[in-house]
Amino acid sequence: MGALRRFKVWRGDKAGGQLEDFKVEVNEGEVVLDILHRLQATQTPDLAVRWNCKAGKCGSCSMEVNGMPRLGCMTRMSTFAEDETVTVTPLRTFPVIRDLVTDVSFNYEKARDMPAFAPPSGVAPGEYRMQQVDVERSQEFRKCIECFLCQTTCHVVRDHDENKKAFAGPRYFIRAAELDMHPLDAKTDRKDFAHEQQGLGYCNITKCCTEVCPEHIKITDNAIIPMKERVVDNRYDPLVWLGRKIFRRDQLPAQAPAPHPVVAPRQPPPPRVGTHHIPLGVIWHKPQPDGLEAEVGPDGKMPLTEVTFDRAGAASPFGDNVTFPLPPDSLNYQHPKSDD
Amino acid sequence: MTENIERHRYDVVVIGAGGAGLRAAIEARLAGKRTAIISKSLFGKAHTVMAEGGAAAAMGNVNPNDNWMVHFRDTMRGGKFLNNYRMAELHAKEAPDRIWELETYGALFDRTKDGKISQRNFGGHEYPRLAHVGDRTGLELIRTLQQKIVSLQQEDRAESGSYEARLRVFAECTITELLVDGGKIAGAFGYHRESGKLVLFETPAVILATGGVGKSYKVTSNSWEYTGDGHALALRAGASLINMEFLQFHPTGMVWPPSVRGILVTESVRGDGGVLKNTEGKRFMFDYVPDVFRTQYAETEDEADRWYTDPDNNKRPPELLPRDEVARAINAEVKAGRGTESGGVFLDIASRRPAEFILKRLPSMYHQFKELADVDITTQPMEIGPTCHYVMGGVEVDADSAATTRVSGLFAAGEVSGGMHGSNRLGGNSLSDLLVFGKRAGEYAAGYVDGLGASRPKVSKANVDAAAETVLGPLERTGGENPYELWHELQTVMQDLVGIIRRKHELEESLKRLADLRERIANVGATGGRLYNPGWHLALDLRNMLIVSECTARAALQREESRGGHTREDFPAMNPTWRKINLVCALEGDDVKLAAQPVPSMPPRLLALFDRSEMAKYLTVEELAELDSVVAGNNVVAERAVN
Ligand SMILES: Cc1cc2nc3c(=O)[nH]c(=O)nc-3n(C[C@H](O)[C@H](O)[C@H](O)COP(=O)(O)OP(=O)(O)OC[C@H]3O[C@@H](n4cnc5c(N)ncnc54)[C@H](O)[C@@H]3O)c2cc1C
Ligand code: SF4
Ligand code: SF4
Ligand code: FES
Repeated sequence: MGALRRFKVWRGDKAGGQLEDFKVEVNEGEVVLDILHRLQATQTPDLAVRWNCKAGKCGSCSMEVNGMPRLGCMTRMSTFAEDETVTVTPLRTFPVIRDLVTDVSFNYEKARDMPAFAPPSGVAPGEYRMQQVDVERSQEFRKCIECFLCQTTCHVVRDHDENKKAFAGPRYFIRAAELDMHPLDAKTDRKDFAHEQQGLGYCNITKCCTEVCPEHIKITDNAIIPMKERVVDNRYDPLVWLGRKIFRRDQLPAQAPAPHPVVAPRQPPPPRVGTHHIPLGVIWHKPQPDGLEAEVGPDGKMPLTEVTFDRAGAASPFGDNVTFPLPPDSLNYQHPKSDD
Repeated sequence: MTENIERHRYDVVVIGAGGAGLRAAIEARLAGKRTAIISKSLFGKAHTVMAEGGAAAAMGNVNPNDNWMVHFRDTMRGGKFLNNYRMAELHAKEAPDRIWELETYGALFDRTKDGKISQRNFGGHEYPRLAHVGDRTGLELIRTLQQKIVSLQQEDRAESGSYEARLRVFAECTITELLVDGGKIAGAFGYHRESGKLVLFETPAVILATGGVGKSYKVTSNSWEYTGDGHALALRAGASLINMEFLQFHPTGMVWPPSVRGILVTESVRGDGGVLKNTEGKRFMFDYVPDVFRTQYAETEDEADRWYTDPDNNKRPPELLPRDEVARAINAEVKAGRGTESGGVFLDIASRRPAEFILKRLPSMYHQFKELADVDITTQPMEIGPTCHYVMGGVEVDADSAATTRVSGLFAAGEVSGGMHGSNRLGGNSLSDLLVFGKRAGEYAAGYVDGLGASRPKVSKANVDAAAETVLGPLERTGGENPYELWHELQTVMQDLVGIIRRKHELEESLKRLADLRERIANVGATGGRLYNPGWHLALDLRNMLIVSECTARAALQREESRGGHTREDFPAMNPTWRKINLVCALEGDDVKLAAQPVPSMPPRLLALFDRSEMAKYLTVEELAELDSVVAGNNVVAERAVN
């Protein structure tokens, strides 16, 4: 018999709901999902929560634990203090169905809009030849378990339903990158698609998605930045433009190859000779100002572009001076209403 | 019934969105049929996602000596010759094509130096044979098929304007009953998990691809989905199950901490050099090589270790024996008091391979132990023990068409079907099984629908009303029993009385307890409403678990021998007479009835692939005599041909 611990679990449906308090037994080695299962078995048989594998492999049990998007089955209770109340809420970016279960169909729709792998013509099944080094880059992205934690974290859509139409989200940027880097994919316009149809330009490389990815996929460094880099050759992207503005030639590391002259933003791109590459060694982030609350505008929401903000990259949606796990009494969870 | 039931009409309805279901749906859609895919969980989360080690296919990329005949032989040996030989043959022959096909859908397997699909060693496979992607092969498989489905939907949209014109996925939807019209499938009935609304699919063809039954056990690697739904649906529709006594207990499940007990540790750990040790530090598997395998396994540690680098000239380490043997060995060590406190033994790769190697080859195992048990497998041994993993038994089907033998229009593929793996499945043979028979099921279901023409079976209103009543029962009942408690009791019965090692009196006891549970489950209740209510969902799954458990217990009691995934303490040896028998379960009224049926016997062309001395260990004296006369006959024929 383990110790009794305090839990707060959001319960409700699309009409509304609230955090409910529970006292529940916790044993050695258990994870948050175990505790939710114990609640089901002993106190609330109808508590809705998704799960399948209980081993971090299927990406079903995504939830927010003390405000942090996490897999319930991979969040060990030993990471919390004994006297800490653990607060569990549904993914905030998606409409709630019931309790911890949200409607994630947004993701499946975005997946369906993504042109599929195009097999190379004239290569028979069984004749595919690829080197391990060449498949490895795409394999990193194929580790994705579709937990949608990155999707729920990304500030572009987290509190901005209005952006959902134009923005596919980090999960589908890595899918685009995966196909772009696939040694045999016959389509050559993956980057254009990412920019024109997936809204890659909205991403300002805050790296929040990378931070929450349970598979430790380097979403920003390995997928988004390379996709943006090439896109910049022939297209205007405010972030890359800003990057160029900020890191003038004299600020670049000495050993970096001599960069091309800085180009001003342009639209449409003027014809150019040769290829442009962002010099190696560019640091994408401005030095972070010390701990700050997330800056919000009069509408109570965070500014969307860094042009009007003091940092390259938006603030962490949680506020820069917040460390996790949050003290539960400072949480004021409110689920977005469906018409929000 | 006052509720307006949502209705859909399809040519083919596939129940299950794992490897088998998706492959079947692709084939049915390619044949031009309007196809629905139904799944209890979200699209892309089915159990297949958890498969780690790989998919077996004799492509011969790593060792060119490999071919379908060797694979066939390994499969039959693994299943202790109880397999449906025709299924094993089709599987061995077609698996390579099914794997290569995945590459055209976009799969990215690990590669050999010359750019082909790499293949790894696995228990019971003579050559490196498992196509793999690190240790997340199942994820690759399901994602690839999922993306192929999407690509077909994109084609349909280009043609007709709608993604769902010919292929639609119904995620988080549970089928509770198949509707039959005079021995022919007419439809499938169920409910949406999210909304609790009832739904009816009118269709002349149903493909069952619902996976296994593991959730009836306490210690299992299986997820909540594995409640034996497909098995139970088939039974209630009038089809039969075979080989239900054979359950595979995977030798290496995690045993600590308690909350992760049962979670799988992939066999690749052993394939890549991991060894089993007891608490005395002894590598004990050398003591457990059974006679039938004696000639193929190393006798000394030196020889076993040389095999990893020079497999052609050395015999393989005994850690790579088929799973049933390893599971029993671990069980025996623990019983003899040489196990750990939590009832496991050690699996050690840390002392045998460099850390980088382990990280590269077994990334998700490293991750799993680090995150769940705080164990660093590059420096510490893992603590492991047997866990309920796979059911060899399943819906009885025709080998070529995957059609059930007693209900027209009902097909089954994947783990839910029976026969292919005999008494024990080899690792990696499931993923390839899903693809081979998934495709066949899709193809033959489409053909069946074509054959029906315009005269499709009709769903009767009375059947629909009855099905709806059963579904809503637990919610309407007041004072019904708590489903979680009933489930726990069922698991206790199965784990304790119908587990790895079985005894007559315990099996008899289990049947009594199951009969008792049956009455209580009929009276199960659920609180709360219809919106995403797990208590209610479980209440409905219970009756499926119960009936399937009963099949297992009855068949286990009847089979008086030990073979593969069925071990009787009171009959510890294999018995050649029992090798000729499949036990078949069917429903008579509400009762499970068991019948014995002969195992289809291998034709001479396949028998010739085995040594007579090997067959002598499995066959009865009469069978051997027959075999000899056939061989003699063949020689005469051959001589005549030469003359
Ligand atoms: C941890 C683990 C590791 C494994 N590793 C390997 C390996 O390395 N190699 C190998 O070959 N095999 C492996 N296996 C076995 C293999 O993964 C499974 O046997 C195989 O994936 C089963 O696939 P399937 O298509 O039959 O069913 P599943 O993939 O289990 O799919 C079942 C589907 O049916 C749906 N379903 C079930 N009931 C209903 C219902 N009533 N209504 C609607 N839908 C329903 C489910 O939602 C699901 O979509 C492993 C298994 C486990 C558990
Ligand atoms: S880097 Fe930031 S903005 Fe870009 S996708 Fe990730 S979370 Fe969203
Ligand atoms: S990229 Fe990572 S965080 Fe995003 S869905 Fe995939 S696994 Fe989850
Ligand atoms: S249950 Fe599968 S990832 Fe948590």
